[in-house]
Amino acid sequence: MTETETETVTTATTPTPHAEYPMARATGCPFDPPPALREQRDGGPISRVRLWDGSAPWLITRHDQVRALLGDPRISADPSRPGYPHRDAGAKARAGTRQTFITMDDPGHARLRRMVTAPFAIKKVEAMRPAIQRIVDDLLDTMLAAPGPVDLVEAFALPLPSLVICELLGVPYEKHDFFQKHTKVLVRRNGDPQEVIAASEALIDYLEDLLTDKLAEPGDDILSDLATKRVATGELTAREAAEMGSLLLAAGHETTANMIALGTVALLQHPDQLALLRDGDDPKEIAAAVEELLRYLTIVHFGRLRVAVEDIEIGGVTLRAGDGVICAADIANRDPELFPDPDRLDLTRDARRHIAFGFGVHQCLGQPLARVELQVVYSTLYRRIPTLALATGVDQLRFKHDGVIYGVYELPVTW
Amino acid sequence: MRVKVDQPKCVASGQCVLAAPAVFDQDDDGIVQVLVDRPEAVHHEDVRESVAVCPAAAIWLEEE
Repeated sequence: MTETETETVTTATTPTPHAEYPMARATGCPFDPPPALREQRDGGPISRVRLWDGSAPWLITRHDQVRALLGDPRISADPSRPGYPHRDAGAKARAGTRQTFITMDDPGHARLRRMVTAPFAIKKVEAMRPAIQRIVDDLLDTMLAAPGPVDLVEAFALPLPSLVICELLGVPYEKHDFFQKHTKVLVRRNGDPQEVIAASEALIDYLEDLLTDKLAEPGDDILSDLATKRVATGELTAREAAEMGSLLLAAGHETTANMIALGTVALLQHPDQLALLRDGDDPKEIAAAVEELLRYLTIVHFGRLRVAVEDIEIGGVTLRAGDGVICAADIANRDPELFPDPDRLDLTRDARRHIAFGFGVHQCLGQPLARVELQVVYSTLYRRIPTLALATGVDQLRFKHDGVIYGVYELPVTW
Repeated sequence: MRVKVDQPKCVASGQCVLAAPAVFDQDDDGIVQVLVDRPEAVHHEDVRESVAVCPAAAIWLEEE
C-alpha cells in the first residue's frame, strides 16, 4: 500500500475534523465573509466548528434558521451556563463578573431592559435628528478646516456616536479618551483576561461614581433616570445601574463608528452606489440604503453566541441541551434564498429583513438611534464632500480582523 | 385582517412602527400599541412586514 492510499483510507474512516472558528477573510476582499465560512455553509447550513478552547459548538448559517433560534426561548444568552461558547479567554473570564440584560434570559432580561427602552422609542429618536444633524455638520466643519489628509475615524466616525451616547446617558464627553480606551479593550478578541476585567471594572467604577452625583443633582438623561427612579427606590443597586450604563456606553461607541468608517470604504469602492446617496434626497431611499449597508457589512462579524437549554430539532439536526450555538449573522445576511445576488452591494434593494442587529429578545436596543445616526451621516458626508477619497490604498488599511466588531482602525481621507 | 399584539413580549425595537406607522405606535417606554386593529387593505403589506421583522414575535395576524 502506498503512502497516499493509507492517507485516503484514514480520511474515509475518521470523522471530518471541525473547521476552526472564526475563519479568516480572503486577502483583497475586505467586505465579504471568509471563504471558509461560505464553504462551511455550502456543506450544510448547520454544522460543528471548533473554538479556541477545543469546544465544538453548532454553527448556524441560514437566515431563517438563525432567526428561528435567536427567537427561541429554549436558547440561552447566559455565558455562565455550561456549554456556552466563549469567544476567547478574556470573554470567558469576564462572563462570571457581571450580568447585564444582554447576558440574561427572560424574565430577568425583560425587567432590566425595559428600564432603558424609553429613550430609544422611534419618536424620541426622531426628535433627536436635528441635534444629530448639527453634530454631524459641526464635526465636518472642523474636519474641512484642517489641512488634509485626516483620519475619518478620529475626526468624524468615532466622535459622532460618542457625543450622541454621552448626551443621552449624561456622561461628560470630555472623558471620552478614558472610556474609548477601555471600550476598545472590551471589543478586542483574544485580549489578556486580566486586562479585559480591569477595563470593564474601570468603566463600571466610573459610572457608579457618576450615578451618585446624578442622585444628588439629576439631569435629563438615562443615568439620572436610573439613579432617581431605580437606585433611589432600591429596584437596582448602584452597581447594577452602573453595569447597565457601561453596556450602553460601550455599545454606542464601536458599532456606529465602524459602520460609518467601513461603510465609507465600501461606498468609495462602489462609486455608482455612493452616487445614489450623494445625489438622492428621498429619506425613504436613504433609509433603504442604510439597511443595505447594514446587511452587506454586518459588522458584528463574530456570531451571536448561545447555549441550548433544551433539546431543539432544527433543519434535521437535534441540538442537545448544553450544546453551544453560534448564530452567524454575517453569512446569514448573505443568504441567497432571501437576498438574491447577496454579495452585491445594492442600495436600492429591500434589505429590511437583515439581522445585522441580531434577532429575538436581545435584538439591539440602540438600533433606532443607530439608524438615524447613519441616515444623517450617509446623506450628509458625501454631499458635503463630493470629492472625498481615500488617502491610501485599500490594501494599506488596517481592518479589524481581531475584533468582535469589524471595521478599520484608521481611515485616512482627502477631498 | 385583524392585528394582535402581546405587549409583555415586546422588546421595544420599534421595527413595527418603521414598517407600518399607520398601524403601530409605541407607548412612553417604547412598547407596541395598535392604532388600528383592522387596517385597510392598503396597509396589509406593511403590517405583514411588521410581523416579519418583529424580533420578539409579539405581533400576529388573524385573517378574517
